[in-house]
Amino acid sequence: MRAQDTFKTETSSGVTNIRIAVADFKPASSDPQTDGLKHTFDTTLFADLANAGIFDIVSKSLLPQSIPGTPPEIKVQDWAAAPTSAAMVAFGNFGVQAGKIICNGFLFDAKNLQYPQVLAKQYNEEASDDSARQIAHRFADEIIFRLSGGSQGIAESKIYYVKITGADKEIWEMDYDGANQRPLTHLGTVSLSPRISPDSSRLAFASLGRDGFQIRMFSLVLNRMVNFPGVGGTNITPAWAPNGKDIAYSSSRSGDPEIWVSDANGALARRITSFRGPDVSPVFNPRTGSQIAWISGRTGLPQLYIMDTDGSAIQRMTDGGYATSVSWSPNGQFLAFAWDRKYGPGAPGGQDIYIMEIASKRWIQLTHDGGRCDFPSWSPDGRHIVYANTADGKASHMKIMTMLADGTQKRALTDPGADMPNWSWK
Amino acid sequence: MSARQNRISKTLVMAATLVALVAVTGCHKKASGVNPSALGPTPAAAPAPTATITAEPGAIDQGQSVVLNWRSQNASAVTIDGIGDVNLNGTQTVSPANSTNFHLTAKGDGGVAEANVRVTVRVPVAPTAPPTVAADMGSEAAFHQNVQDIFFDYDSFDLRPDATTSVTQAASYLAAHPSIKVIIGGYCDDRGSAEYNLALGENRANSARAALVSAGVSANRLRVISYGKEKQFCTDETESCWQQNRRAQFSLDR
Repeated sequence: MRAQDTFKTETSSGVTNIRIAVADFKPASSDPQTDGLKHTFDTTLFADLANAGIFDIVSKSLLPQSIPGTPPEIKVQDWAAAPTSAAMVAFGNFGVQAGKIICNGFLFDAKNLQYPQVLAKQYNEEASDDSARQIAHRFADEIIFRLSGGSQGIAESKIYYVKITGADKEIWEMDYDGANQRPLTHLGTVSLSPRISPDSSRLAFASLGRDGFQIRMFSLVLNRMVNFPGVGGTNITPAWAPNGKDIAYSSSRSGDPEIWVSDANGALARRITSFRGPDVSPVFNPRTGSQIAWISGRTGLPQLYIMDTDGSAIQRMTDGGYATSVSWSPNGQFLAFAWDRKYGPGAPGGQDIYIMEIASKRWIQLTHDGGRCDFPSWSPDGRHIVYANTADGKASHMKIMTMLADGTQKRALTDPGADMPNWSWK
Repeated sequence: MSARQNRISKTLVMAATLVALVAVTGCHKKASGVNPSALGPTPAAAPAPTATITAEPGAIDQGQSVVLNWRSQNASAVTIDGIGDVNLNGTQTVSPANSTNFHLTAKGDGGVAEANVRVTVRVPVAPTAPPTVAADMGSEAAFHQNVQDIFFDYDSFDLRPDATTSVTQAASYLAAHPSIKVIIGGYCDDRGSAEYNLALGENRANSARAALVSAGVSANRLRVISYGKEKQFCTDETESCWQQNRRAQFSLDR
């Protein structure tokens, strides 16, 4: 056992997971839409809580037979007793009336017979499959917020990514669980590296035009492209400062790709690095905004570095191999990145996702033997990592996967043909 | 200069002007007497025949047909080479296998008139005519023959020794064709990260650009675009294919 094997992330630290029972909601109306929408709601709520990484979910086959819809209908003792043995019960009722979903959700403490109610929520939304899913996300986030000690849930967060469509690559958006995949751009060219602003109002990315790759900007408020001034050279890999006012990116306007910082409208550009060789893929420390991690080829193969935003205090973080695609954890303590530690023809291993604790430079490997992995991006709660994976190494077979930040619960969010995921800030 | 000398030189100038005037008017009178453009080849009583021939369309793909249309005046017999005797005025659909000159001869009492039309047949494999060379830009083929792509070692943007000959040859070709502008595309093989390879491709294209500039090519004729690993030349997982992709590629900037 190596030293790195005992490395702990916040996901696996602390007390054992809370055992929660999630009952199917009770149908509250005979409207023909109820069954279909309730199924969407039940599935989404169960998946959100299972994916949260802080619960031990009771298998549905172990739940009591009766389905409670309201607080008077539940006997919490039945849920606390074996084999359910739940500490918490989520239940409620769900109906469609006059084209509206009416949903009441409850969270009960199964061990507290006198005052079991922890949470009661009512939702009233237009009757659609998407609404049913969003209600489940919001209720799940409420439960996670209460039971995780105040950490915001991620069920309402979004993931932005590159969709490979033939020879072109467009920017797409999806819910955090892979539902609701839809295109944002229709530029008919190669667009890469989408990065969502902290307030989710704008999306920066790089796009191939007549003058090569340039930074482009899409407004999610206006649902169209907005201006970002072009400058000379190749301009790629934008990154937002946590204040939403600055962006860092790689620009070769001076003839060599260096890290530059400008305001979000492209003005006041200033150069941060000055070494011969590629400097690319910057990312701000999202907690302080005062540091930048990035990838530099100044010594040959690309390595992971951090520095202050004025270009001082440069530290090299990786000791060899081929390191790329860094993402900084929301609490500022960890870097996730793609690393091929034994790079070269015939070398063992491949490109996998690693996380490193910045203070100690100790790292753990999160993916193993699953093919080439790239572009990790932290979830807003710092408990999940989304990344791109291709089992056979072919770029066209890239798909987007998610996992807990300790490397467990890996699952695919998209079919092959999706790359470069970027998780929203909230 | 004395006053007398001055008067003599004035007189000389006037005399010279007079001679010139006489010569000019003399020539003019002579030309208006007989107009050479009015002279026919045979100044006989019968009017000379005229003939025109057109082909629509003027260029076809092999296997397609073209309509010939001819008109003649003052002719008694009209022949087209390859077709034979035809009506004095007419149309005919033909389907030539190769590019053909249709040569029409119109004979009449007043003489013989000729007309030509060329039908170009585009042969799919090899063009029958050599490609036309634009005056200054040189041909695409000549450009690629003289300005050859530069290849790089793995994860490197330093020029190899074998690139220096390419650069010298390219610089002299560009010096001989000063109106050519060049796009230098930077490319990488499909291993490694897409983002890092875009920066690496930029460095590769810039290495090629710097070499051409130091060989005397003006920097404002050279435009650099990095494609990273986004536009692969080939997609096999072999070293020869990867090497093809690790290059700075030159193309005409039109």
